[in-house]
Amino acid sequence: MTNAILTGLMLGGMYALIAMGLTLQYGVARIMNLSYGEVLIAAAFGAQGLFTGWALSPFAGLAFVIPVAFLLNLAIYRVLLSPLVRRARTRDALEVDSILATFGLAFILQGIMLSMFGGAYYSYSYLASPVHLFGETIAANRLAALAVCILLGGSLYLALTQTRGGTAIRAVAVDPAAAQLVAIDVARTAAFTFALGGALVASAGVLISTFLTFSATSGVVFTMKALIVVVMGGVGNMLGCLVAGLLLGVSEALVASLIDPGLTLAVNFALFLVVLLVKPAGLFGRASR
Amino acid sequence: MNARLATFALLTAAGLSLMAMVPYLANAYWLALGISLLQYTVLATAWGLFSGPTRYVSLATTAFFGVGAYTVAVLGEALPWPVVLAVAAMLGAALAVLVGLSTLRLSGVYFVIFTFGLAELIRQLVVWFEVNKSHVLGRYVFVPVTQALIYWQLLALAAAVFALGWLIARSRLGFALRIIGEDETVATHCGINTTIAKVTLFVISATVMTLVGAVMAPRWTYIEPSIAFNAMISFQVLIMALLGGAHRLWGPVLGAVPLTLLFELLSANFPNTFTIILGCIFLVIVYLLPRGVVGLIERRRETSVPVQRRLPA
Repeated sequence: MTNAILTGLMLGGMYALIAMGLTLQYGVARIMNLSYGEVLIAAAFGAQGLFTGWALSPFAGLAFVIPVAFLLNLAIYRVLLSPLVRRARTRDALEVDSILATFGLAFILQGIMLSMFGGAYYSYSYLASPVHLFGETIAANRLAALAVCILLGGSLYLALTQTRGGTAIRAVAVDPAAAQLVAIDVARTAAFTFALGGALVASAGVLISTFLTFSATSGVVFTMKALIVVVMGGVGNMLGCLVAGLLLGVSEALVASLIDPGLTLAVNFALFLVVLLVKPAGLFGRASR
Repeated sequence: MNARLATFALLTAAGLSLMAMVPYLANAYWLALGISLLQYTVLATAWGLFSGPTRYVSLATTAFFGVGAYTVAVLGEALPWPVVLAVAAMLGAALAVLVGLSTLRLSGVYFVIFTFGLAELIRQLVVWFEVNKSHVLGRYVFVPVTQALIYWQLLALAAAVFALGWLIARSRLGFALRIIGEDETVATHCGINTTIAKVTLFVISATVMTLVGAVMAPRWTYIEPSIAFNAMISFQVLIMALLGGAHRLWGPVLGAVPLTLLFELLSANFPNTFTIILGCIFLVIVYLLPRGVVGLIERRRETSVPVQRRLPA
């Protein structure tokens, strides 16, 4: 029981970090990114390559992966997505377009990874020593990943709430039209935020690769979970991501250990449905839509 | 107008009876290809029936298709074939009512997300039930349904789905849906119960998809959840309908036929690049053909007519 809750909290922290990137991309850049999980898996493969090829610790690998992911996502936004943003007349039209475009992107990324790595599951052994905590045994890599996750998520939260740039990002999330009136370059902020979200999910991918097995096709699961967490927490809400992510992680771990590990997705959906039926704007969202 | 309608009906009847002859004339390969073509035509048209006017991107095709196929796997030998089909249709409709009522009240994104995982959810639940309660995973389907019979059933379904689409477009429901597609707020203010209209259409479209799954099931002889709930079907149907143009009843066919042939070719010769090409077609649709092949034809027609009548906005 304690073990399940601890596992759940760690998993939940990871979900929260993953969802933070998506909530930035969707809340600020208005891009519903369905290729999100594929980016995560690509980063996981990158970390695996750095570790097995150059014996580089995944946490040092972050220093490579994060800037690369940032630049690649910036390029994706500039080349693929900003034409859609310019073309879209309404927010709904942009949503449909971005869903379809990122869907295509997801398939292309997945296809590239499939042809490079095949359909096999990958993992590598890093910091796989046991640590004793609250009378339970936990793998050290999970704890280390959680620590980095908290560090990344915490610094992002502080940057968004305490700095001038962060405030500008939040302003665009609230109202893009009004943000322009106070001299915020919305297009630039959106591009920057999209890339930031991409860098964040890439770092989550690196962290996840240290303790989970992954394959070229397992990105969809992460996209799904990130979407559910974002909607549950309320779009664009960082604190909501954290709470919803932890909620999801803990309930998943509890059901997996108490009932059946095959029912994790059912738990996700049950939670998602409850939120949709009771509070469609999310736990922390404003009831605007 | 009546004369035109009569010619149209005659032509359709002639075309249908011609297509019904295929099992007598073709060998097994061409019959199998014909079945694939009809299967995707019906699925894509049914998809367009709901998503065309409402502009909701549905990824639930696999879920309904799988429910149909798996119903046959479970009940196929216990009940007579028409009853099995009826049960499958009812199950699909019931599922559609549940999904529709819980998600269609909300904005489109929630619907996309929900349907995105729906097939996988149902697959997990079925696997869980089969492993823990019924203790069978994977079932044999031995029903006296030949390939030719599958083909005719699909042909009948195709005819039915076009007739349904034609009738809906001329009904109050179709009119209401066009207004919802244009602007949902306006529709609400006109006194249209948008949720009921959307759910009704969703149920109709889902029932057809479920029936396709049920009709196709005997083709496999062995069915397990991962075969019945193959997520690819959702994606393929989605791009077929969008490539053709989902805002017209005839649009999805124009995407379903060429893409079925292309996928047949690809999966036979280049299985590894399949997903990459699927992704590229998505991008082509979004950037080059936002209104599908139908949109292209409409634009050509518009420019070829010299005098354009524009209604004041």
